[in-house]
Amino acid sequence: MLNAVWLFLLVVGVGAAAVTGRIDVVTTSVTEATKQAVELAIGFVGTMSLWLGLMRVAEKAGLIESLGKVLRPFARWLFPSLDPAGPAVGMMLMNMSANLLGLGNAATPFGLKAMAELQKLNPDGQRASEAMCTFLAVNTSAITLVPVTIIALRAALGSSSPTSIVGPCFLATVGSAIVSVTADRFFRAAARRKGA
Amino acid sequence: MNVAELVNDAARWVLPAFLVGLPLYGYLRGVDVYGEFVDGAQEGFWTAIKTIPFMVAILTAMAVFRSSGSLAALLNLAAPLSRLLHLPSDILPLVILRPLSGSASFAYTADLMRSFGPDSLIGRLGSAVQGSTDTTFFVLTVYFGSVGVKNARYAPAVGIIGDVAGFVAACLVTTFLFS
Repeated sequence: MLNAVWLFLLVVGVGAAAVTGRIDVVTTSVTEATKQAVELAIGFVGTMSLWLGLMRVAEKAGLIESLGKVLRPFARWLFPSLDPAGPAVGMMLMNMSANLLGLGNAATPFGLKAMAELQKLNPDGQRASEAMCTFLAVNTSAITLVPVTIIALRAALGSSSPTSIVGPCFLATVGSAIVSVTADRFFRAAARRKGA
Repeated sequence: MNVAELVNDAARWVLPAFLVGLPLYGYLRGVDVYGEFVDGAQEGFWTAIKTIPFMVAILTAMAVFRSSGSLAALLNLAAPLSRLLHLPSDILPLVILRPLSGSASFAYTADLMRSFGPDSLIGRLGSAVQGSTDTTFFVLTVYFGSVGVKNARYAPAVGIIGDVAGFVAACLVTTFLFS
């Protein structure tokens, strides 16, 4: 899919430029774009380092674990069939807390460990369990308190208020999480009715 | 004071609050705050450098597409749709890119902000969409693949619904707050 999108942009772009006699513009704009791509990445280094440094301090201070405790009642409600003190729920809570803090790199190992724990409880190893589907619904619509990379990118591009998207992102992800969990419940009920 | 002003005002305090709050909290919990900060910050360099190939790929393709006039033509075609949604048409390609590739959509968002400015409505919309949605297909593939589950059942459908909801919510909230 990504291959098709990328190829489409290049082929149609160069084709159209050739037809309309703007082929020189393509060359200059591409040269400019590659230069800006590198400048953008370099400008990104400073703010990204700052946020990752701060977030490392948060991680070492045990903020992921503390948040996990706060979120425990949610897990009980989301996964009524699982042992709330078990390792599967524990790993899922760590994954959600890390995502909430925008710690994508820390979240993935917890998420994969959670899947391994859920698989131990799964009667059919080839087929996704209900708890797995719920977990992924929550995970892919992850509520985000600090969208670190976007803040850093906005700062690198000279925004006067890089953190102004914190509020919108939080509200939007709360909205999408509510929709995802509702959709998951709906599909789960439908699957149960079908006896599948 | 209206809601938009309140949100903007609160946003000004986010970085200062983190700068004081996290190191102080860490220090009280016995963390070697300076050492850990430096250690974590070291990752910033490689994280940023690793975006270069994606930035080059997307910015180049977008430059060709835009400078040839193709983008304007395509966006013209999409104009009825964007009028219907009350959204600038430049934001629409993100809906396709975002669930497929985090790096590609990140680079597209960078391209939007570079062209229109990070504090323009389009720049804010792009930031909000990029920050509130996920690379759903990638996550599903990696997570189910890691434990050998072959039948994902209704998880992809729920993922797509969540993505669309995230996109719509991000646009609604941004439009409400900033325009």
